[in-house]
Amino acid sequence: MELGTNAVRNLADEEENKNAVESIQFIVIRLGDEQYGIDIRMIDNITKMQAITRIPKMPAYLKGVINMRGDVIPVISIRLKMGLPADEITKSTRIIVLKLEQEGMVGLIVDEVKEVVTLFTNEIEKIAYNAKDEKANLINAVGKHNGELISLFDLSAISLEGN
Amino acid sequence: MDVSQYLEIFLDETKEHLQNLNTRILELEADPEGEDTVNEIFRAAHSLKGMAGTMGYKRMQNLTHDMENVFSEVRNGNIKVQPEMIDVLFQCLDALEEYTDNIQNTADEGTNDNEGLIRQLNDIMNGSGADGAKEESAPAASAVVSSDAAKWDSIALDESQINVIKEAQKQGKKVYGINVVIQENCILKAARAFLVFKAVEEMGEIIVSEPSAQNVEDEKFDRDFTLIVLTDAELEDLITASESVSEIEKVNGAPIELENNDSRKTEAAAKAEPEEKAAETPAPVANAAAPVPAATAAPAAAAEPAKADAKKQAPAKPVVNRTVRVDIEKLDSLMNLVSELIIAKNSLVSASSQEQTNTSSAFNEHVEYLEQVTTSLHESVMKVRMVPIENVVNKFPRMIRDLSKKLGKKMELYMSGEETELDRTVVDEIGDPLMHLLRNAADHGLESAEVRAERGKSAVGSIFLDAYQDGNTVVIEVRDDGNGIDSEAVKNKAIERGTITPEQAASMTDKEINNLLFLPSFSTAKQVTDVSGRGVGLDVVKSKIESLSGEVEVKSKLGEGSTWTIRLPLTLAIIQALMVVVGNEKYAISLGSIQTLEDISPSDIKLVQNKEVIYLRGAVTPLIRLNEVLGVESKKSPDENLIVVIVKKGDKMAGLVIDELIGQQEIVIKSLGRYIRQCKFISGATILGDGEIALILDANVLI
Repeated sequence: MELGTNAVRNLADEEENKNAVESIQFIVIRLGDEQYGIDIRMIDNITKMQAITRIPKMPAYLKGVINMRGDVIPVISIRLKMGLPADEITKSTRIIVLKLEQEGMVGLIVDEVKEVVTLFTNEIEKIAYNAKDEKANLINAVGKHNGELISLFDLSAISLEGN
Repeated sequence: MDVSQYLEIFLDETKEHLQNLNTRILELEADPEGEDTVNEIFRAAHSLKGMAGTMGYKRMQNLTHDMENVFSEVRNGNIKVQPEMIDVLFQCLDALEEYTDNIQNTADEGTNDNEGLIRQLNDIMNGSGADGAKEESAPAASAVVSSDAAKWDSIALDESQINVIKEAQKQGKKVYGINVVIQENCILKAARAFLVFKAVEEMGEIIVSEPSAQNVEDEKFDRDFTLIVLTDAELEDLITASESVSEIEKVNGAPIELENNDSRKTEAAAKAEPEEKAAETPAPVANAAAPVPAATAAPAAAAEPAKADAKKQAPAKPVVNRTVRVDIEKLDSLMNLVSELIIAKNSLVSASSQEQTNTSSAFNEHVEYLEQVTTSLHESVMKVRMVPIENVVNKFPRMIRDLSKKLGKKMELYMSGEETELDRTVVDEIGDPLMHLLRNAADHGLESAEVRAERGKSAVGSIFLDAYQDGNTVVIEVRDDGNGIDSEAVKNKAIERGTITPEQAASMTDKEINNLLFLPSFSTAKQVTDVSGRGVGLDVVKSKIESLSGEVEVKSKLGEGSTWTIRLPLTLAIIQALMVVVGNEKYAISLGSIQTLEDISPSDIKLVQNKEVIYLRGAVTPLIRLNEVLGVESKKSPDENLIVVIVKKGDKMAGLVIDELIGQQEIVIKSLGRYIRQCKFISGATILGDGEIALILDANVLI
């Protein structure tokens, strides 16, 4: 599995190029009690929970496919992926549709979408990779925002998954 | 003159002509006396030359010019067709193809003059011993400038035209034949010709035009056309008037002697029979100038001269195809729109069936009408995209001929079903895989002559290429009567390479072993030739066919030959499907693979080798419980009757057990995306009228 995220890679590039403090916007989502950030540039759109068509013989976290304006898009349970209890579908459950370079569109089920935050590169701290920890594998950086910590998703880890 | 805008048309047409020439020269090789073939070749070569000249490709023009000279000599009976000559001609075609490729890639023909080929062509010409002057007697031939003297004399007149001329001469009018040659680089030939027609008509009456006025208007002529004119004016004035039109190179003319014309015609009719036998004896100018088909039409000509004239001209006027060339991308977008329309229609249908209580019958009628229209619209769009595989397979006879020479094996290719149609995108892709299979058949499949004789087979190996439609798929078979696949050799090779273990090999069927051939880098050829045997090929064939949603399999009998069968879906985007329910999920099964629907009592199920089967119309058919395959709970209790969908793949059948039938529906196939790749038996998804997604089951994988 690869370590660097696109976000961090981009950051590194930008830091190198401009030698200045850059800012990135993240969408903050909630899974259980924790908050996570997703690079806004990767997000195609956010939709309400809808009927998911199951695909047989797939790992549990791959929930199935949804119809997004005529396109068929696979949906992943990020909770199951991280080894958390299964999703409880509530009114605030959302599907975040990512647009990945290689794999095209992929949807992620999250408990709630909270806000958009802007983090400066000096507020982001890369964290070490721990092969044993399923959960940590998806996270590769932590951002500090208003005294709270936001775990930042390694989206390349999602994209490489399961294939 | 900027001709770049015509480049694409030029390339398309050149390729067509080259293909035509390839096919015809092959025919000529088989039947050196075929006059129709020679004429056809001549015409194609001539058009090619004209086009190359117009586009300013001098080298290409020179080469075709010399080829045309040879054909012209053959046509006049001065040269006999020799095998060496055919070889040279094929080399010329290859050279022309190279020019064309160069033009396509760089818009320039390249710098290869192909002097060697031209010299060989000239040798053929000189070897004929005939006087070069004969050449000029061919109508519309290369040497336009010197040949037009006899042009109006060669025009065939029918009774009524002769009467008109006689009548006019009685009234003191003059009858002239004039030949108009348009400049070589003229783009709007038809327009110039029209101006000439107009100028001439101001002075008199055009009674005959060769080619016909319609063909001239449609630009279906080379650089010149011939008119017979009734007029009071002098010939000089007529010529001056015609020459005053710009881009006219020159105009020739002479008074017409009707007696000559008349006698020529009767003479031609009378001499037709002997002429056929003694084609090589120098004939009078008038006879030599008459198009050669006259000879074939001769028996009829003796009886009904007028009819024969009509026949004589027939090949010169091909049936006009009213066609448009359309960018495939435009068709794709049209196709997408039709897909969207069908989804929208399905929404309406499902909405109307859900609210049955408060929908009026009028609404239903409209929906049904809409359904009809969308279905026909879809069919029409699909048909637009369909092209016969002819375009691809036409090049194979030539390839087999060359292989035959190269490998020193005698072989013959028999093709059938060239008219079978497939989606354009599929046809474009299918050429290479077929070529691989044919090459394999020629190189590995067919045995050497000695072995064939030992086995009591005919010395000439046969390769068959058969295409036909089978339900919703098109089947293309490549068959040979050669050695077949030596399963033992394949098995040993696979073990040697570590592809399979000896234990595995022991339990494999011949069919499974033969399928090993499709694995990457697997070649059993004992020696590598430059035709095949490098171990790339079959795996490429397989992946190519699979990328087209098709499949390929091989059947073989050692010593008797092999058959490679390719199955391709007729259409790629929209299919008719049966919607079914398993558990509480909806699935679509392509109607193309469905044979029948059966209602089976649980007591009819038998167990064979611990597998459930049913006995259906004399065939033991295995049952596949879809709920188990798909991992869902069936809604039905075990003692209820089963609904079984009988599906077929080639000669294999299976029964799919489902919970419920919804009905037939036209569905738009959507890809599941690159993210989901593992699920073999799901070939895609479709969006139902209510926005829900149903998965499409690939029955071929399930069987």
